[in-house]
Amino acid sequence: MNKINTYRGGPDEHGHFGLHGGRYVAETLMPLILAVERAYNDCKADPAFKAEFERLLTHYVGRPSPLYFAERLTEHFGGAKIYFKRDELNHTGSHKINNCLGQIMVARRMGKTRIIAETGAGQHGVATATVCALFNLPCIVYMGAKDIERQAPNVFRMKLLGAEVRLVTSGSQSLKDALNEALRDWVANVDDTFYIIGTVAGPHPYPAMVRDFQSVIGREAREQILAQEGRLPDQLVACVGGGSNAMGLFHPFLDDPGVAMDAVEAAGLGLDTDKHAASITGGRPGILHGNRTYLLQDDDGQILEAHSISAGLDYPGVGPEHSWLHDMKRVNYVSATDAEALDAFQLCSKLEGIIPALEPAHALAHVAKIAGKMARDKIIVMNMCGRGDKDVFTVAEKLGVKL
Amino acid sequence: MSGERRIAQRFAALKSQGRGGLVTFVTAGDPDYETSEKILAGLPEAGADLIEIGMPFSDPMADGPAIQAANLRALASGITLKRTLDLVRGFRKRDAETPIILMGYYNPIYSMGAEKFSQAAREAGADGVIIVDLPPEEETELKAPIDKAGLDFVRLTTPTSDDRRLDRILPGASGFIYYVSVAGITGTKSAAQTSIADAVARIRRKTKLPVAVGFGIRTPEQAAETARTADAAVVGSALVGEIAAAEAAGKPRTEAAAAVLGLTRRLSTAVRAGKP
Repeated sequence: MNKINTYRGGPDEHGHFGLHGGRYVAETLMPLILAVERAYNDCKADPAFKAEFERLLTHYVGRPSPLYFAERLTEHFGGAKIYFKRDELNHTGSHKINNCLGQIMVARRMGKTRIIAETGAGQHGVATATVCALFNLPCIVYMGAKDIERQAPNVFRMKLLGAEVRLVTSGSQSLKDALNEALRDWVANVDDTFYIIGTVAGPHPYPAMVRDFQSVIGREAREQILAQEGRLPDQLVACVGGGSNAMGLFHPFLDDPGVAMDAVEAAGLGLDTDKHAASITGGRPGILHGNRTYLLQDDDGQILEAHSISAGLDYPGVGPEHSWLHDMKRVNYVSATDAEALDAFQLCSKLEGIIPALEPAHALAHVAKIAGKMARDKIIVMNMCGRGDKDVFTVAEKLGVKL
Repeated sequence: MSGERRIAQRFAALKSQGRGGLVTFVTAGDPDYETSEKILAGLPEAGADLIEIGMPFSDPMADGPAIQAANLRALASGITLKRTLDLVRGFRKRDAETPIILMGYYNPIYSMGAEKFSQAAREAGADGVIIVDLPPEEETELKAPIDKAGLDFVRLTTPTSDDRRLDRILPGASGFIYYVSVAGITGTKSAAQTSIADAVARIRRKTKLPVAVGFGIRTPEQAAETARTADAAVVGSALVGEIAAAEAAGKPRTEAAAAVLGLTRRLSTAVRAGKP
């Protein structure tokens, strides 16, 4: 069908990825959004910015993260060789820190003195609070009341780091509503505030900017797999809520036709129920949070509440570049249920000694479905984008264990 | 609709009366369809010169707590975009002159289809739209069918709109210019009258369209003062706050309607007395 020269050229100058993306924001924010775009373009062109970003990734985050051959899981499934890109070993425990460092450097260049962020699982909130501590900027994190309850350890971590965590009680009290509140804060504080968005969504330039900061994952994975196996992988797998870890892994491989990509959405209690978070598999294009993208919505265009055991995937939308990659059929969007993710969570802990976050446990649940059907000389690279310490309470409760 | 558009006619009439206008905002279906119908029907007599009807959306990002709550009450009562247009149609059968402007977010419209919505809004008797999350950069796919349907596409300017931005916004706007007087969400902060006057003067240097000012205008005094400076003052959160208060006190919904119309009367009296 659509023959194009590159899948890596987007977005266009208006921030569109095909039908998706754009800048659907209140007029009050437009001058600021345009200023963020100009500042980001300046940063991209500045070797000093790049050098400083790389220095921090190396010495503060601990990059490159290892690419690890998960031998026991490979044995267990009896098919393709499974590699984990170990972004859960980053400082703060997930890939989120890559993006936060980049964005706070843009914020500083713009002379902004106050940082806001939204968070679902709390990983992005922790990463933002961390870089705010590092750069001595006040930090306000919006978090849904429901998520504050299920991610208590991360709430405490943010407070330790000096951030103010603001409870969001509107709407479904989860990530979508935290984003609404952060946008409301931003529109009221345009002069001094920078909004560090945690995923590849929001108005242009955020989807592209966050992707660029996260692409370090895929660039490293590419070099590492070439060093270890002497060739590119056959299959990439990553979970997708907003989709920043998946974009980060996929983007550097998009123009390699031999590399297949599966992005795993959260199917919650099942796609045949109304309790899931699979925006691409179960939604249709719409406009929310500054961009056009696949959304869970009713017949009237009202946004539906998402559901996932994983707070980080509990979002009724997805980044616009994912929507485009789906339309172009370059990435295959699949899903895994709460129950499948829980099984994968336990299996990985027992076989590899790695307690994954519930988010990448969805990716692993999909690996479990495909690895055994692939030949033993095939290679899968999965993004282990976060560690599971934050989820032990949720998992214990689901397993009926009292802590 | 034939001849001159209702919005232009109404502003011309206000000008000949030598006064500014009162624009009232209520959310369609808040707290339910029937009460909403009664409120709309009573607004012209209570002194509303133009009526903005909020099209409910689950995620009203530019709105403060009062209008967020109004959206949720309306959606809980079962309102849809189609039923919102039914409200407009019902109103228009009894009132051929008061302009109706539909205000809201793009997704419900996109979900219905921009073309289909524009035709349906025109047939229902609406006169214009204000879409909060469609800046000029993204508006074309809705503005083209709205223009074709003969409706006005009202654009917003804000305290963050510098001269360069005004040059992007003002050409191609129609109906009137909506000046959002505070950088923020609805119903929270209020702007100083001097800053409103400066902004309105700056906009008027660049357009002949009337300028309505909204966000943070709550009292009859504020409305009167704003309507002296600009061509109209918009009041929203304070009006829907009357519904919230009536609901919270467990009053019958006829009283919620009466409260909204009562505040409209007080606002209108002040605005009409306000000419210098």
